[in-house]
Amino acid sequence: MEKVLANQSFNKINYKKRSQASFIWKKLRKSRTAMFGLVVLTLFLLVAIFADFIVDYDKVALYQDYKHRLALPSSDHLFGTDNYGRDMFARVVHGTRISFSIGFSAIGVAAASGIILGATAAYRGGWVDTIITRIMDALMSIPSILLALAIMAALGAGASNLAIAMALSNTPQFARLIRASVLTVVDQEYVSAAKACGTSDIRIVFKHILPNAIGPIMVKGTMAIATVIITAAGLSFIGVGVQPPTPEWGTLLAENREFMRTNMNLLVFPGLAIVLSALSLNLLGDGLRDALDPRLKN
Amino acid sequence: MINEANINALLNIEDLSVEYRTDDAIFKAVNNVSLEVKRGETLGLVGETGAGKTTLALSIMGLLPKNIGFLTSGRICLNGQDLAKLSELEMQRLRGSSFSMIFQDPMTSLNPLMTVEEQIAEVLHAHNHISKEEASKKVDEILQLVGIQAGRKVEYPHQFSGGMKQRVVIAMALACEPELLIADEPTTALDVTIQAQVLSMMNDLKNKFNTSMIMITHDLGVVAAICDSVAIMYSGEIIEKGTVEDIYNSEKHHPYTVGLFGSIPNLTKKTKRLSPIEGLMPDSADLLKGCKFNDRCPMAQSICKEKEPSYYTDGTHSIKCHIFTGEIYKITNKE
Repeated sequence: MEKVLANQSFNKINYKKRSQASFIWKKLRKSRTAMFGLVVLTLFLLVAIFADFIVDYDKVALYQDYKHRLALPSSDHLFGTDNYGRDMFARVVHGTRISFSIGFSAIGVAAASGIILGATAAYRGGWVDTIITRIMDALMSIPSILLALAIMAALGAGASNLAIAMALSNTPQFARLIRASVLTVVDQEYVSAAKACGTSDIRIVFKHILPNAIGPIMVKGTMAIATVIITAAGLSFIGVGVQPPTPEWGTLLAENREFMRTNMNLLVFPGLAIVLSALSLNLLGDGLRDALDPRLKN
Repeated sequence: MINEANINALLNIEDLSVEYRTDDAIFKAVNNVSLEVKRGETLGLVGETGAGKTTLALSIMGLLPKNIGFLTSGRICLNGQDLAKLSELEMQRLRGSSFSMIFQDPMTSLNPLMTVEEQIAEVLHAHNHISKEEASKKVDEILQLVGIQAGRKVEYPHQFSGGMKQRVVIAMALACEPELLIADEPTTALDVTIQAQVLSMMNDLKNKFNTSMIMITHDLGVVAAICDSVAIMYSGEIIEKGTVEDIYNSEKHHPYTVGLFGSIPNLTKKTKRLSPIEGLMPDSADLLKGCKFNDRCPMAQSICKEKEPSYYTDGTHSIKCHIFTGEIYKITNKE
């Protein structure tokens, strides 16, 4: 009788699915630094997305008001104004949009092409692997900032060309990383099991291999966005990246550097934006790495 | 007579040889193996580690490692169709629907990022044009068959125990009701109580679907429990095959089989020690001349080192040894 009752209650148990993603989220939430990074990053993303609602681009960020040149921060101009009387707050806000779109699009493209190249190399093996790996090795032997410079020289300055250059110079690292992690997954028995059940190659790659190999890419991708933002700012600073009057963070630093002594605010705010965004991405990346590390499970 | 047997057989392997080619050496993993599996029959494939059991299984599945494993001779016919001649796409269609394989370790043979339902449904979708609802219903049925509550299908593999996982793996392999199921040591990774459960469940399902099964194992107890016929492999060759009765009850045995049985504890016989086979299996990159077992065989004669024995056949029982083929007249074995 007891047994029957036990059985009945057993039947009523609601089985819950607990995905890997929810585990990772739980662990990520425990890390304070990672959550700080996520919050700051979210703020930056919101600013980037709603930049036009915060301040108008043409009417404020590009509006030259010669009567109020080099104004210090006040309630009218939160971050002050530059040499042409343009509102610094508006320029930093719109700079966020430009810097983040360069960072995300470049890494998006680099990760996507890296995944395709790396996964093909690892899954196909043989001469396909050799060719892809050699090309990636050759690209990696050139310092990435030099490679980006060369690409910028060939394509010409501008935000979209900068993104292309960043994507190209980052692709080899992603391809290598994905190749390595796919190689460890390909030999797993569940891949053989899926094959033995007649699953197609494409499905095996996209459903079985890539989801299990994507962890390192998430970590690397998050941190690489920070690197791209910094490198893009650097290239713009030396004049081969985004051109004035477009308010990219590096461009802002470059065009205001003469006023460093008198109007520090013109450099502090764009600089702070670069530092904070890079810091938040790195903290989040660190947290993700810990959360994804199987050795640290529970 | 041979033709008649071929008609009844579901799987017919003739003179199959498989090589692994690496930069250093060529490993002859399977050598001139001939086998047949009848419909509804369970064949036990027995042998020690490295005897070529898994390679044989993988070559049937067409899953030999790319660029390394090659079929060098022979044919593998399923229902009279030569599998080696099919394209990769045709093989892909047959895998899972006509023949299917269960791997050794249930812990690693399920994708940790997919729910149990997704993984079983994937097999169903790969071979049938069915809607999501139909697939979901079918998944429920299959899970019920392997003794898992249908409600648990939304869970991920890490939420299951080892025995439960192996049930899921079996459910995946049987989802499309294949004619042939290859089980590669399906119970080795499980503890003994669960082993018995899983084996009897597999046997029930096999009978229900009238599936033929190749059970790869090195556990002679498992063979006795569920197999109809047995093939014993050594160094890539089948050195003895026959029905379970032939192997367990016959007076005549290959010396290697004698050694295999001598290596397991026997409750009824009183012996001080087990009598294991001395030595190791020869390197498959450098096979022995003559009989492959001659260096470990307690009854080896000079002829064994020179001439490869042919099969001695007695009804369903065949043994690849000079002792029985008349090359050695005096049988020194008195065990």
